[in-house]
Amino acid sequence: MTVTEPTTSGATAPAMKSFPKPSQLPVPEGAEGWEKLYPYNLVFQNLSGAEDEKFWFCDSQHWPTVFKPFETIGGEFAVKCLGQYNTRHLLIPPANGIEFKIHLGYLYMSPVPVPEDQIPARVPEFERRAGHYFQNWNELLDGWRVKVRGTIDEMEALRFEPLPDMVPFDDIVAGVAKDGSEVLMENYDRLIQLCYQNWQYHFEFLNLGYLAYLDFFGFCKEAFPGIPDQAIAKMVQGVDMELFRPDDELKKLATLAVESGLQEAFADTDDVAGTLARIGERDGGAAWLAAYEAAQDPWFNFTVGNGFYGHDKYWLEHQEIPLGYIKDYVRRLDEGQQIMRPVEELTAEKDRIVAEYRDLLDGEALATFDAKRGLAATAYPYVENHNFYIEHWTMGVFWRKVRELGRVFAAAGFWADESDMLYLNRGEVRDAIFDLVTGWAVGSEATGPHYWPAEIERRRKIFEALATQRPQPALNTPPAEITEPFTMMLYGITTEQVQRWLAGDEGGDEGVITGMAASPGVVEGIARVIHSADQLGEVQQDEILVATITAPSWGPIFGRIKATVTDIGGMMSHAAIVCREYGLPAVTGTGSASTTIRTGQRIRVDGGTGRVEILD
Amino acid sequence: MPERFVQFFDAGEPAEHDLLGGKCASLVTMTAAGMPVPPGFAVTTAAYDAFVHESGIAERVHELLAGLDPDDVVRVDEVSAQIRELLLGCPVPDAVRTAIHGAYDELVARIGADVPVAVRSSATAEDLPDASFAGQQDTYLWLRGWDDVRDHIRRCWASTYTSRAILYRLRNDIPDEGLSMAVAVQKMVNARVAGVAITLNPTTGDRSKIAIDASYGVGEMVVSGQVTPDNLLLDKVMLSVVAEHCGDKHAELVPDAATGRLVEREVEAERRDRLCLEHDELVAVAQLAKRAEKHYGCPQDIEWAFDSDLPAGENLLLLQARPETVHSVAARATTAAAPPFTPASGGMTGFMSGLTSSLTPRNNR
Repeated sequence: MTVTEPTTSGATAPAMKSFPKPSQLPVPEGAEGWEKLYPYNLVFQNLSGAEDEKFWFCDSQHWPTVFKPFETIGGEFAVKCLGQYNTRHLLIPPANGIEFKIHLGYLYMSPVPVPEDQIPARVPEFERRAGHYFQNWNELLDGWRVKVRGTIDEMEALRFEPLPDMVPFDDIVAGVAKDGSEVLMENYDRLIQLCYQNWQYHFEFLNLGYLAYLDFFGFCKEAFPGIPDQAIAKMVQGVDMELFRPDDELKKLATLAVESGLQEAFADTDDVAGTLARIGERDGGAAWLAAYEAAQDPWFNFTVGNGFYGHDKYWLEHQEIPLGYIKDYVRRLDEGQQIMRPVEELTAEKDRIVAEYRDLLDGEALATFDAKRGLAATAYPYVENHNFYIEHWTMGVFWRKVRELGRVFAAAGFWADESDMLYLNRGEVRDAIFDLVTGWAVGSEATGPHYWPAEIERRRKIFEALATQRPQPALNTPPAEITEPFTMMLYGITTEQVQRWLAGDEGGDEGVITGMAASPGVVEGIARVIHSADQLGEVQQDEILVATITAPSWGPIFGRIKATVTDIGGMMSHAAIVCREYGLPAVTGTGSASTTIRTGQRIRVDGGTGRVEILD
Repeated sequence: MPERFVQFFDAGEPAEHDLLGGKCASLVTMTAAGMPVPPGFAVTTAAYDAFVHESGIAERVHELLAGLDPDDVVRVDEVSAQIRELLLGCPVPDAVRTAIHGAYDELVARIGADVPVAVRSSATAEDLPDASFAGQQDTYLWLRGWDDVRDHIRRCWASTYTSRAILYRLRNDIPDEGLSMAVAVQKMVNARVAGVAITLNPTTGDRSKIAIDASYGVGEMVVSGQVTPDNLLLDKVMLSVVAEHCGDKHAELVPDAATGRLVEREVEAERRDRLCLEHDELVAVAQLAKRAEKHYGCPQDIEWAFDSDLPAGENLLLLQARPETVHSVAARATTAAAPPFTPASGGMTGFMSGLTSSLTPRNNR
């Protein structure tokens, strides 16, 4: 990835302030020693020069909150596997991967460009490799689904169980000659391996999906100077996507519940067992429960977070969440509202946009437009759909298994709660397994129960101290111009955005926040500021959602709100995609909406210009 | 079948150029296409013809024009004055007068008695390929009552023989035989905001844009360049604003109730400093321009206005649509000269062009 170097000639470049250097950032009180929570290679001071020279931006889109030690695995796998496809698989001519570091608990990234003189040599290799994928896209993607599903099934089959008091007699007779602890060790390693495997698969198509999109994007920007980004997005975006299936399943269940007259059974959905029992007692309840059961595999492997954190709540394990959404849909159906996405209208609108831009071209330009759009429309839906398979489904199973192992330790007295294991890094967990099985085998006490509770408490305090501080948006001196398209498209990091960050609160109109024009439309309404998924229940009908970031699984509340404003994210952020899909205005990447706007304020959101006005 | 002396724009009758002249034919066409043209009717060339023939004016005019020397401007002026005196003085045949009066009464019944009308010439020589004759005849704004309207229809007729028009025809060898004149009588737009819209970017010729100039009051000040209007560039497909510039708009031309005439008035600072169109109004103008372009099949230059007398949703009116020739031609040339859409080098996509041009997914479903 190329990021333009800072202008050194100094002739016309405006004097630009710099972001702080990593070493200049204050360590929150109580977080001293935080570096030791993370792997040695992921903190700045161990690689000379890196902290002071390069421009790093914070990826708070994927990692909006502080990492617990075990959770770094998500960042490590994701960014490493992204890099391998650019650098080793596809040899994308101008772009290698992205360097990443954790600083004060947050993830910072720095794209790695390919030296100018090495780019031409990569082109034929890239064309050969990318060409293979583009030409056989759907076939290869079918194979991909099989591979990913296979990994998930294997992960699902792994078991983490407390060790028995004695080896079963059958094992004696069968001559197994092992005590079962090796299963714990093997399964732990296997779980990590399988997670890693699906992260490699995650990027097999992703970078190509982006490339096809960006290629079409570049063409449109030249053919139609000033064309809104969202017009390009709409021309290639899938309308009926797997990422929307979980929400669609809830809508179908709500419709069935209304048709079967089951509304009253949803009175208290926080009581999951009670609700399901009440449904079962009613006429038509058994059929509804069967449909509910069927929808869960795989569509309830869906998190209200983004899949990168151990605390993310998955519908499968927190059925009060999907049941609550169904209850809300049932209410809306009873009020005569339309709850299904207007798929036909969206398709018609997409067709109109494509046809009208086509009409403006002829000859070779039209043929090029058709070829590039065709490729992007084929490749791009993966960019949205993969999210369900990896972040939601794979990671949902992964975190469930991690908790299963955490419970084995908790039962052995290593710590009190299954999730306490997240305060260990993955190497330490392996050490702890050795400690556990050794104590068990020897018949003496393991060390863990004497060591970990206090150590976990110490780490928890550091974590909590780190979490009191928001990350700096970037570190060090930015380049004069951000030109790298992945950075702009995925992260909404543009030259203007960086300038805005640098300007901080100075300048600009009073009461006006600007961001990316992510989904068109203008509305006024009351703001509801949400800082975590746990607050989603507070969102009232017709409010405007203001959040740091949104997750795809928040789908059900998008039927309730009038518009969305986020701090983080570009044209292709989840909030932007979902809002376009639901026909709601959205402004993303404002940097500060969730800290500037207060719940209850009246705001005006213009998704066509990226302007948010606070009206009172 | 009796001669058709008047034709309402929305009568559903064909837009015969010979009968209606350029302007009225265009108004009939636009009305038929469902575009929001202010209501009105044409006094047809048949009315003019009946007038000049039945009164014997035609022969007199022919004699007066015979042997005129285009270089003898003094003589042309004399002849022009005599002919116009004839046209303004001779009685109009009863059948013609009754037809026009009836149409006027019907228009008044439709739009309300107090609403003024505009009376505009609609010459048959207008819009001919070689004769850019448009605007040489008269337009009279803000007329109320039958007497006023009647007199100004006559003035339009008379304007066929202004010195300028006579000289133009003489110098361009346009014969006076068959020369006729239609007149448009149309509800006067009470413009709150008005302006022009062009269905391309006039600076670059980019046809994916719509450029809109807008200012307060009647659009004359925008067209004539007496105010700096708001200038907006919209994406033609998405109808979103690509660029905007808030003009100074220091003055507006508005009707004065006391005199019944248009007066120029200073625009107060508060209105000057903001865009004169709301976002949804801007979108409505762009949609109107798009419809005109689609209807005529080529880039259009339209005049539009928001009428204070009409309710929201029905208040945007199309006053004129004409092909945008200058920029369209320039645009084609620009597009041809520019390297057609090879993505700029150095970006992420430069290296993709070789790949995608040869790629069609084999199993695209």
